[in-house]
Amino acid sequence: MSLNVEHHSVRALPSEKPIRLLDNAGHAVRSAASGGFELPDLDTLLELYRRMVVARRFDVQVTALTKQGRLATYPSAYGQEACEIGAISAIEARDWFFPTYRDSIALLTRGIEPADILLSFRGDWHNGYDQYAHRCASQTTPLATQALHAVGLAHAARLRQDPIVTMTYLGDGATSEGDAHEAFNFAAVWQTPTVFLVQNNQFAISVPLARQTHAATLADKAVGYGMPGYHVDGNDVAAIYAVTRAAVDRARSGGGPTLIEGLTYRIEAHTNSDDPTRYRQARDVEHWKRRDPIERLEKYLVSEGALSEAARTEIADAAEAVAAHTRDVMTTEADLDPLELFDHVYERPRASLLEQRARLEAELADAATQAGHRNHAGAAR
Amino acid sequence: MTATTTRLDAPAASAPTQLTMAGALNAALRDAMAADDRVVVYGEDVGPLGGVFRVTDGLQAQFGEDRIWDSPLAESGIIGTAVGMAMYGMRPVVEMQFDAFSYPAFEQMVSHVAKMRNRTKGRMTLPMVVRIPCAGAIGGVEHHSDSSEAYWTSTPGLTVVMPSNPADAYSMLREAIDSNDPVVFMEPKSRYWSKAALALPVITAPMDRAVVVREGTDVTLLAYGPTVRTALEAADAAEAEGLSIEVVDLRSLSPFDDETVGASVRKTSRAAVIHEAAQFGGYGAEVAARVTERNFHHLAAPVMRITGFDIPYPSPKLEEHYLPTPDRVLAALDTWEWDD
Ligand SMILES: Cc1ncc(C[n+]2csc(CCOP(=O)(O)OP(=O)(O)O)c2C)c(N)n1
Ligand SMILES: [Mg+2]
Repeated sequence: MSLNVEHHSVRALPSEKPIRLLDNAGHAVRSAASGGFELPDLDTLLELYRRMVVARRFDVQVTALTKQGRLATYPSAYGQEACEIGAISAIEARDWFFPTYRDSIALLTRGIEPADILLSFRGDWHNGYDQYAHRCASQTTPLATQALHAVGLAHAARLRQDPIVTMTYLGDGATSEGDAHEAFNFAAVWQTPTVFLVQNNQFAISVPLARQTHAATLADKAVGYGMPGYHVDGNDVAAIYAVTRAAVDRARSGGGPTLIEGLTYRIEAHTNSDDPTRYRQARDVEHWKRRDPIERLEKYLVSEGALSEAARTEIADAAEAVAAHTRDVMTTEADLDPLELFDHVYERPRASLLEQRARLEAELADAATQAGHRNHAGAAR
Repeated sequence: MTATTTRLDAPAASAPTQLTMAGALNAALRDAMAADDRVVVYGEDVGPLGGVFRVTDGLQAQFGEDRIWDSPLAESGIIGTAVGMAMYGMRPVVEMQFDAFSYPAFEQMVSHVAKMRNRTKGRMTLPMVVRIPCAGAIGGVEHHSDSSEAYWTSTPGLTVVMPSNPADAYSMLREAIDSNDPVVFMEPKSRYWSKAALALPVITAPMDRAVVVREGTDVTLLAYGPTVRTALEAADAAEAEGLSIEVVDLRSLSPFDDETVGASVRKTSRAAVIHEAAQFGGYGAEVAARVTERNFHHLAAPVMRITGFDIPYPSPKLEEHYLPTPDRVLAALDTWEWDD
């Protein structure tokens, strides 16, 4: 069987106004602005609410731990929970996820242990979780490079006739990278089951979107590659979930890739070492705080009578428990073995690496002996 | 020359036939694809055309488009998607059309192909092969004759090999495809049409070993890929003048076979490394440094580098002045003091 299929490329432009299922006041949108997508049912929305609340509490906790010096760095996703949680919730355990540095809260939602997610930001090793157990690639820093991995893995799965989908997140800035274009194009030409979620938080560190693109929306780019593109309100988790879910279903049934842009805003600094006052106004941040994705869904759930006070308390408690657990695991220091540096470079040890390993081992032994002498001298005094 | 035996896993070897290096590589791909359906091949023009050097000739007709296909024309895309395919257990063998056109893939190679095993503590490995037609001396216009080996060899996590003859081309490519680590497989363009009688499947020395391809007592020439022939020709010419040259075909650039090289250098006490690439910061600098560090007290002269000049690769009508020739090699050896 050949996977080369006759396909008709997509030419419809994404809507200019973002697709929205809940407006900022928490009212269901019934107009054309819904783009024909259905509001997910209340159970689904309640679960998305829970996940977002837990994710935010985790994010706030990790930012605090970073300020205390427990982590080397942490890129917060505060304010982007609708994108982060909505999209990851649309894929299944058998699907593969390709995240960036920004997407720790999506990993938490994926079921990865806080300590394993944060191990790299603490500086213990470059990656701390099992990619295969979670079907989740390492968080990628070189911008847009992971998008190609998502396309390649999807293509491999398709050749094997495994009905899985790959999802990757990119930032607005990352869409300017060549690898983003190559990934969109390869995915479309090969018709891979891949969903690209561009989280347009409107800045790449300090650089605003207007300096990245002249296109009306980032979703417009999809048209040039011949795949569907959706411009979505990225602070509306109902819309993000509905649109990504449809894209995942289409991908799984052989309909190829989709590019989804979620229009959102990063409330926190780019990372703890960033100073956002140099490039954006406090009033812009205030404006976006009033568009909070969690509050929006909460208003809707309350108005529908789907979020009791008891449920709210229970969810808040669950979030606190995750935060407490995160504090616990991050306040203990890992026992690192410097000699492990040589263990994972090649499958078969190389003679020259073994020589260098022996040198480091001798250095460590020397240092231990000297420390022993100092302690001994100290004790004698 | 390189000892050849039969692959252990193979049925009876065929009767020897004349094969070019391109033909041997083609046979290696064919046999690897037949042996393991995880092996897939893609790149630019590798399908119906069979590659611009015909290394993939006939493979699509035999294996179909799900095993070997023409990808969109984007090198980073080719390497990046191969990373994803390898993550899923495939064994992609991808082609960069020429050295100089692999540069768009540099980021994927350095930041992911080389680092994935390390980043994931060995949980995720990338069994992939990146084939790169390399070096010059084919009368190519600009960008068709670069030597990019040092970019890859200076990157921990990559294995970099370069065969110099058809037997090694077959054997080393099979071994590279079987490897669980990513391999940069460099194919000297000027040797694609060199011929040998081979009974396939042929197995030569392990991919990570250097091989003494000509024994001698006075000088060790360290060569790889296209310069092995240069070194052998220089050795033939020197013999008439009473100079006995040993030629070592490095074969594996990373890792470096210190053992084989060291044994030869300690025997001859003089060594020169020959490559087409420019000298400054080139692969020869590493060779000279490590051979000196490890064998200083056995050396009668500094390890010499006989290389291309420190200029961009020249246009076709001038390349003969750039490339290290046997004459230039012998002239260089003459500059040593030979009073012992
Ligand atoms: C190839 C590459 N170039 C530069 C950087 C440095 N860098 C890290 S994050 C960043 C901004 C990315 O912005 P965007 O894609 O919008 O994602 P966001 O951080 O806003 O989530 C830059 C320039 C990098 N990681 N990779
Ligand atoms: Mg951004």
